[in-house]
Amino acid sequence: MSRVWWAALRRELTLIWRAPADMVQPLFFFVVVVSLFPLGLSPKPELLALVAPGAVWVAALLAVMLSLDGLFRRDQESGALDQMLTAPVLSVVPVSAKLLAHWLLTGLPLALVAPLLGYMMQLPVAVLGTLMMSVLLGTPTLTVVGAIGAALTVGLNRGGILLAVLVLPLYIPVLVFGAGVVRTAQDGLPTDGLLAVLGAILALALSLGPLAVALGLRISAGD
Amino acid sequence: MLFRELAFSAADGEVWQITGANGAGKTTLLRILVGLHGFFEGEVHWRQPLAPSLLYLGHQPGVREELSARENLRYSQALSGQGGDPDAALDAVGLYGFEDVPAGRLSAGQKRRIALARLWLDPKPVWVLDEPFTAIDQDGVTRLDARLRQAAAAGTLVLYTSHHRVGDDVRRLHLGGAGGAR
Repeated sequence: MSRVWWAALRRELTLIWRAPADMVQPLFFFVVVVSLFPLGLSPKPELLALVAPGAVWVAALLAVMLSLDGLFRRDQESGALDQMLTAPVLSVVPVSAKLLAHWLLTGLPLALVAPLLGYMMQLPVAVLGTLMMSVLLGTPTLTVVGAIGAALTVGLNRGGILLAVLVLPLYIPVLVFGAGVVRTAQDGLPTDGLLAVLGAILALALSLGPLAVALGLRISAGD
Repeated sequence: MLFRELAFSAADGEVWQITGANGAGKTTLLRILVGLHGFFEGEVHWRQPLAPSLLYLGHQPGVREELSARENLRYSQALSGQGGDPDAALDAVGLYGFEDVPAGRLSAGQKRRIALARLWLDPKPVWVLDEPFTAIDQDGVTRLDARLRQAAAAGTLVLYTSHHRVGDDVRRLHLGGAGGAR
């Protein structure tokens, strides 16, 4: 079982690594969207600092969603998905490896550049650690929850819009708490509680999400 | 409805050729048999749990273009728990020298050969093959034909869709016509 998991993880990392556009696109989107705020809004530090938590978080959320549309598409078109579903291992094993690989190469880079973008948005240096922590805890949830939508829409030709409609409502708690943590830190209040809520949402997503993704793929393959 | 009143039972060592016009439901029947398609009325019984003994090659070869022939085959092996030497299998399907080439640079026929290489690994008791002869050249067809007969002689149940006939004692299941399946 774990041998299959490692083989799947290696395969997924290799796949993304060999087609780096999928990895670079969300990161590029994230950086560009946040960079446009000072240009479009106003370069006033106090105004930027006010909108920074929301701007960074909305951009991160959309960047993750953008990366998910193609998550299972090429596996489905090539027939690799059918191979996975007929294999004598629980689908959740390769699926969880795929989700981890995808997050490592798309979600994690977002968390790593978030402090830089926060600094650009005039957030106080003391808050940048909290910002990074919130994105670090929030993006895996976004990836897993979005993958459920991607699994259900993989058979559709233009599933992008449907994916957004399915997934965005589920993203709202993460957005509220994620941006909320940063705002709380800006006010100088303790953030442990809110970070714990983000962690709890993540635990829920990690424990049930991969099962839902595997089930979604099976449903998509069946019609 | 694609077909109705369809019933057949197949045993070890038999070769079943499923035929029918385009759109008659050959692929759907195979997907039902391997458990990929759940929307049907009726029952499918296998003597033992199917997944560990199944080798299924679908309409699409299941080969990712970013990976090399060997990487694709190795991953199939890990996933299906199928032992055997991948390089020897790739050699047997005529891909000697192409093991490390990304599958995206190979032709359609060569990509299909990567998937077919699984037939030359340690055998599984049930083979379900959807159009295995598609995009394969004359020499490849001969080799595949010989391999299917050899496997059947060793006790493997082979179910495949194609217009190519393997041997003389192949059983035929024809889909289509006014009365559904015959």
